[in-house]
Amino acid sequence: MNAAQRVARTVPIPAGAGMARALVERNVRAYKHGWITLLSGFFEPIFYLFSLGVGLGALIGEIDAGGGRAVAYASFVAPALMASAAMNGAVFDSTFNVFFKLKYQKLYDSVLSTPLGPRDVAVGEIGWALIRGLLYSTVFLFVAAVSGAVESWWGLLAVPAATLIGFAFAAVGMALTTFMRTWQDFEYVNLAILPMFLFSATFFPLATYPGVLQWVVQATPLYHGVALTRELMLGDIGSGILVHVLYLAVMGLAGVIASAHRVERLLLR
Amino acid sequence: MAPHPVDRPLISAHQLTKQFGDFTAVGGIDFEVRAGEAFGFLGPNGAGKSSTMRMIGCVSPPSAGTLRILGLDPAADGPQIRGRLGVVPQRDTLDEELTVRENILVYGRYFGLPRSVVRERAAELLDFAQLTDRADSIVEPLSGGMKRRLTIARSLVNNPELLLLDEPTTGLDPQARHVLWDRLFRLKRSGVTLVLTTHYMDEAEQLCDRLVVMDGGRIVAEGSPRQLIAEHATREVLELRFPADDHAAYAVKLDGLVPRIEVLPDRLLLYTEDGDTTAKAVHDRGLAPLSVLARRSTLEDVFLHLTGRTLID
Ligand SMILES: Nc1ncnc2c1ncn2[C@@H]1O[C@H](COP(=O)(O)OP(=O)(O)OP(=O)(O)O)[C@@H](O)[C@H]1O
Ligand SMILES: [Mg+2]
Repeated sequence: MNAAQRVARTVPIPAGAGMARALVERNVRAYKHGWITLLSGFFEPIFYLFSLGVGLGALIGEIDAGGGRAVAYASFVAPALMASAAMNGAVFDSTFNVFFKLKYQKLYDSVLSTPLGPRDVAVGEIGWALIRGLLYSTVFLFVAAVSGAVESWWGLLAVPAATLIGFAFAAVGMALTTFMRTWQDFEYVNLAILPMFLFSATFFPLATYPGVLQWVVQATPLYHGVALTRELMLGDIGSGILVHVLYLAVMGLAGVIASAHRVERLLLR
Repeated sequence: MAPHPVDRPLISAHQLTKQFGDFTAVGGIDFEVRAGEAFGFLGPNGAGKSSTMRMIGCVSPPSAGTLRILGLDPAADGPQIRGRLGVVPQRDTLDEELTVRENILVYGRYFGLPRSVVRERAAELLDFAQLTDRADSIVEPLSGGMKRRLTIARSLVNNPELLLLDEPTTGLDPQARHVLWDRLFRLKRSGVTLVLTTHYMDEAEQLCDRLVVMDGGRIVAEGSPRQLIAEHATREVLELRFPADDHAAYAVKLDGLVPRIEVLPDRLLLYTEDGDTTAKAVHDRGLAPLSVLARRSTLEDVFLHLTGRTLID
């Protein structure tokens, strides 16, 4: 028994055959038939960047990014848009798409009759959401850098940061999707996503909020995603980054394990 | 892949049970399937056939009892077992976002087969399923029969030792059924063990070396089609239709003529060794049925005898 097998026996993670990449490969093939949906993911955050960062930013000028440091509004808002796009993309992939495959297409029923197990399904779907997220954020970072909205070389790390954000949201999104019964239930997703998008210190600094609300904002996952990406793109490196990374990593791992358990409960009965 | 010892059964189930909450879908059944045979589960809707097949396919943990497949325990070695099985589920679960060929390619990759191997296998299997000319069309618009053939082709991508077919020909027209039977015969000849469910008697008689009849989660009879007919039915059956709603009244008038009479809503079945002689005896009693049909007994009659119900309600 190797180390991985020993871990798999002690930690209560549902079975898998380590074959998640076969499911990722399947998704890549399916996307080749519907590549247009891949395109929209590229443009949305870039449109926001130009309308808010560049357009509105011309009116706002500079803004206090915390610690008394003034930066151009575009540089302030670009990381937030990148983080939010990572969240949106991941949530879309892991909720609507997974729900369709789970309930209507019955994709996982056939997948589970091969050596793949529920853990492979969870890892495969979440991994796929990450790969798409990685593509989007790389393009976005490039556009943002060209438009002068990236202040530091640390900004390169915003791509893995966005991937981590995608991981956290995709994993939790998939776990929640397994509880959904109808398409109406997705209204709850929108209800959670929209306020996070608007209020996670995305468009204005945290200091704008009164004290108690600051705590509330700081408890939400997108806040940590935005803060992490922003600190990297502004070159504002400190130990706070570790807290953000830890928050998102724990959220993602919990989501993967929960998703695998739920797939097992729903389909292997 | 360790070769399986010939003397041990490929599947053995002992007191195999499946419960959904309080409901018992499979109530402690025993059976063995030997290498190279075609084994059938026969039974009406809700008998527990699919539940049993899903347990054999290692996608549904048994609630009680023991189950060994290829000498392995599904609870511990699910992925290894599934790697050596082919599964045709009751309802097609094709990947509708992919083309016909991609369905086989992608499915083969789930088994960890190299790309070059699945490409080669896909070409062979498309040929086997007579779908080569549709290879690059999307799955969705295919006819029911084509989808079924593709599902079967897909299940063979890993060269399974054991093929599980849950109602392989339901919904197919007679010609498509015969094509499929022919394909299954060829697989069996090449050494693949077949386990199938059906509620078609002719299918069971055509395909199965041995079968069990299930009803209400239990096995009510077991044997080869010929043994079952010999044991539970007479050689021939005489079917009589009368111009009346209540056939039971006529059964009374025929009392004592044959050892057993079955009353169906639309006809009477008389179990007899010689249909023609019995038909004559019916006329001699002054009865004039609308139609008279003497035929050989089938598994349908066995089932009717064992459960008092027809198979297809
Ligand atoms: N997931 C499930 N949850 C609850 N009950 C189930 C489930 N699956 C099957 N059953 C019940 O178990 C019984 C046996 O079902 P099963 O599908 O095994 O029958 P079957 O012999 O395959 O019937 P059919 O010929 O209609 O396919 C049925 O009463 C069914 O309602
Ligand atoms: Mg069934």
